[in-house]
Amino acid sequence: MSNDHHHEENFIQKYVFSVDHKIIGLQYGITSLLFLLFGFMLMMLMRYQIAYPETVIPYFGEWLFAGSGGVMLPENYNTLGAMHGTIMIFLGVVPLAVGAFGNYLVPLQIGAPDMAFPKLNAASYWSYFVGGVVMMASFFTPEGAARSGWTSYPPLSIFESGQTMWLLGMVFLITSSLLGSMNIIVTIVQLRAPGLTWFRLPFFIWAQLVTSFLLILAFPPLESAAILQLMDRLVGTSFFLPSGLVYAGSPVEAYGSGSPLLWQHLFWFLAHPEVYVLILPAIGIVGEIIANNTRKPLWGYKSLVYAIGFLGFMSFIVWAHHMFLTGMGQSMSAFFQLTTMIISIPSVVVLTAFFISLWGGSIRFNTPMLFALSFLPMFGIGGLTGLPLGVAASDIFLHDTYYVIGHFHYVVAPGTIFALFAGIYYWFPKVTGKRMSETLGKLHFWPSLLFMNGVFMPMFIQGLAGLSRRMYDGGQQYAHASDVLHWNEFMTISAFCLGAAQIPFIVNLIISLAGQKSDDRNPWKSTTIEWSAPSPPLPHVNFDSSVEVNHGPYEYSVPGQDEDYCPQTSP
Amino acid sequence: MTEILQYFGLPVGISSVSGRIDEIIVIVHYLMLVLFVGWGIFFIVSLIKFRESKNKKANYKGVESHYSSVLEGAVAVIEIVILFGFAFPIWAERVNDVPDSRDAEYIRVIAQQYAWNIHYPGADGIFGDTKVELVDEQDNPIGLDRNSEFGKDDFYTINQMHIPVDTKIRVDLSSKDVIHNFKLPELRVSQDAIPGMTIPVHFTATSTSKEFLETAVGTKREGKSLEIACAQLCGLGHYRMKGYLTIHEQEDYSAWLEEQAGYLEEEGDDWGDDDDWGDDDW
Ligand code: HEM
Ligand SMILES: [Cu+2]
Ligand SMILES: [Cu+2]
Repeated sequence: MSNDHHHEENFIQKYVFSVDHKIIGLQYGITSLLFLLFGFMLMMLMRYQIAYPETVIPYFGEWLFAGSGGVMLPENYNTLGAMHGTIMIFLGVVPLAVGAFGNYLVPLQIGAPDMAFPKLNAASYWSYFVGGVVMMASFFTPEGAARSGWTSYPPLSIFESGQTMWLLGMVFLITSSLLGSMNIIVTIVQLRAPGLTWFRLPFFIWAQLVTSFLLILAFPPLESAAILQLMDRLVGTSFFLPSGLVYAGSPVEAYGSGSPLLWQHLFWFLAHPEVYVLILPAIGIVGEIIANNTRKPLWGYKSLVYAIGFLGFMSFIVWAHHMFLTGMGQSMSAFFQLTTMIISIPSVVVLTAFFISLWGGSIRFNTPMLFALSFLPMFGIGGLTGLPLGVAASDIFLHDTYYVIGHFHYVVAPGTIFALFAGIYYWFPKVTGKRMSETLGKLHFWPSLLFMNGVFMPMFIQGLAGLSRRMYDGGQQYAHASDVLHWNEFMTISAFCLGAAQIPFIVNLIISLAGQKSDDRNPWKSTTIEWSAPSPPLPHVNFDSSVEVNHGPYEYSVPGQDEDYCPQTSP
Repeated sequence: MTEILQYFGLPVGISSVSGRIDEIIVIVHYLMLVLFVGWGIFFIVSLIKFRESKNKKANYKGVESHYSSVLEGAVAVIEIVILFGFAFPIWAERVNDVPDSRDAEYIRVIAQQYAWNIHYPGADGIFGDTKVELVDEQDNPIGLDRNSEFGKDDFYTINQMHIPVDTKIRVDLSSKDVIHNFKLPELRVSQDAIPGMTIPVHFTATSTSKEFLETAVGTKREGKSLEIACAQLCGLGHYRMKGYLTIHEQEDYSAWLEEQAGYLEEEGDDWGDDDDWGDDDW
């Protein structure tokens, strides 16, 4: 404990158990990028198995699947599937979009010195970290990691191995999100700089605000559901087990009279809003980058804000569209179809406003903008292909096929992940004071765009043929799949090329970090407040002068001004 | 309109609902296509027209008209039409018009890891009792009580479902262990089988297996007949939980039923056991 006057921090205080939102944001960012990479590698193993079922996996097989001579077994495939989904969502995208981008940028964009509750912020990161460690450790337990899908439907999840660790890990991850989202809400409400009225907030801040409300309202039911499932597994309760089960040849010893569907309701009550948690921060990032690189205000800023607010609200009453085939009657299915169609309208509003924002711009095609622009049609495909799944009659055929996998991956991979890449390229100069290479950036962008579509577009073809998801052998058993199986190899090769296309990004990060610092605080000539802080912003206080806001968020190309941008803080 | 489906790659539909389900899939895809192409054209034109080198100074106001609200309104209207005109009626038929057991060929399907038990009521048309205590994976996977009033003539098959063509079929679906999904892709039938619940499914096949196979001649599917797929992750063997569906002409179906009844007589109580004579304690 040093008592000296400057509060000198040692390395541990400064970089490990830091309470500075920027350090915590970076911790979140680095951890989640590593998890994304890991989740991606799990997926590459799955893709290999799908394309070349039951063959020895080159190089890694002998080591990973030693017990079976290097061939992946069904339990391995199911584990990889469940853990790919879990890791990508709960350990990758949400922590990156909310934990890293939210933490780093929210205080800066509202002109605050830090988050409202810095210690809570650190607690949120460390809870996430423990959740990640538990999930990782589960691979090395005798039972192995979870293998009942990321959806963990009982009764299967109660009988299958690995689920206990998954549930424990989830409890930590959920706790982390609850702490983090509470913090973001309070920060935005309380710590806005003088003059920063609600409708002067950057769109990104609105997106983070709505996201945080979703997290804080939707996660508690899943947290309780996870604990109930844990009790079913560990202490013999039967919240999710009906009476009269016969499992693996013998009657199940349980009290019974529970309901497997109860879990599905609790799960999707979280998991549908969760989809918007995955997409809203991405929409926020894209909005910022489009305004900046078209050099004009975001078109329909207010309707955008209302649209995502409405979207957030509606996202709580659409969950059962994941459950049309559970025996749902007419009125309930009609209700959820109607809400699902209603929620598609604000999504159309958002996308349309972004497209219209381009009109009349002076568009710069730098790397962040390329990623942000390609987000639009890719998210468009993802959103549109949700329609036939939200209409129960067409869902009868498409439910649980590769069409679904294609649909939500278009939303989260070339959608969200591209937006997150855009954000990394865009704010890297703020975080480090350095620039990323444009050449390498473009070398990252174009192949990624190509191969993303190479992996996911054929999924729609396969899904329309009726090919089911979660198939260990890629669907080889089934006659109706015979017409579309030949795509599997193409998709797998695309997935590997997609992996290779990330090398320029990693190289770019390393080279740029080693590069020269520049004094330019605002290389993109942006209007929002974070760009008036030094790069990187000062520890614990962020800004080197007091912040006062006089303008809206996107005063670009204001008629009669010489400069084509007018920062929010300029007089 | 649904001819376009062959380009979509959907399996040929052969049930009384497949036409309508396919139709709605196509209609929704047209809506998607129109929106996507519309956005796409606007997108590409904007990018070319307003690139920095061409348009040095951005226009602060941008688009001033509000035609986009018209677009949003139109999408809303089309969606309402899709729901009320197509989706709701199809669903109503699916869940409200379940035929009474007397008006349909009545079958039970009991899913389990990783097989489909198909239970037929036999000549009396009424199912015997089934009891969990009687379940024996070898000799009596569905726990049928042969001594119950209607149980004498019941029979069951494993992974072999036979139905008559052009006849209403009612399947009561349940599961012994975990959630499965009973999917007949060509009949556009799919329904979760959930333990603790019995969910009725109904459909009418409009062509026989033989006729269906003729449509597959010359495709990669040639020679591969109809199947029951499991479309819900149900454990390690999920990917191979496949059954077979045979659709007969009515006469052939009756013959098949008689054949099954014959086996029952030959083998006495122990029907369904393929190698040895088990004990008689049930
Ligand atoms: C970027 C490249 C990605 C590729 C190529 C990819 C590929 C796949 C594949 C092949 C499956 C398994 C399909 C099956 O067996 O049924 C899958 C499942 C899944 N993926 Fe991805 N994925 C990617 C990224 C992501 C991202 C970013 C997320 C989430 C944010 C995600 C979430 C999921 C989920 C939730 C599942 C379902 C897991 C389950 O069956 O329980 N994926 N993905
Ligand atoms: Cu199954
Ligand atoms: Cu299954």
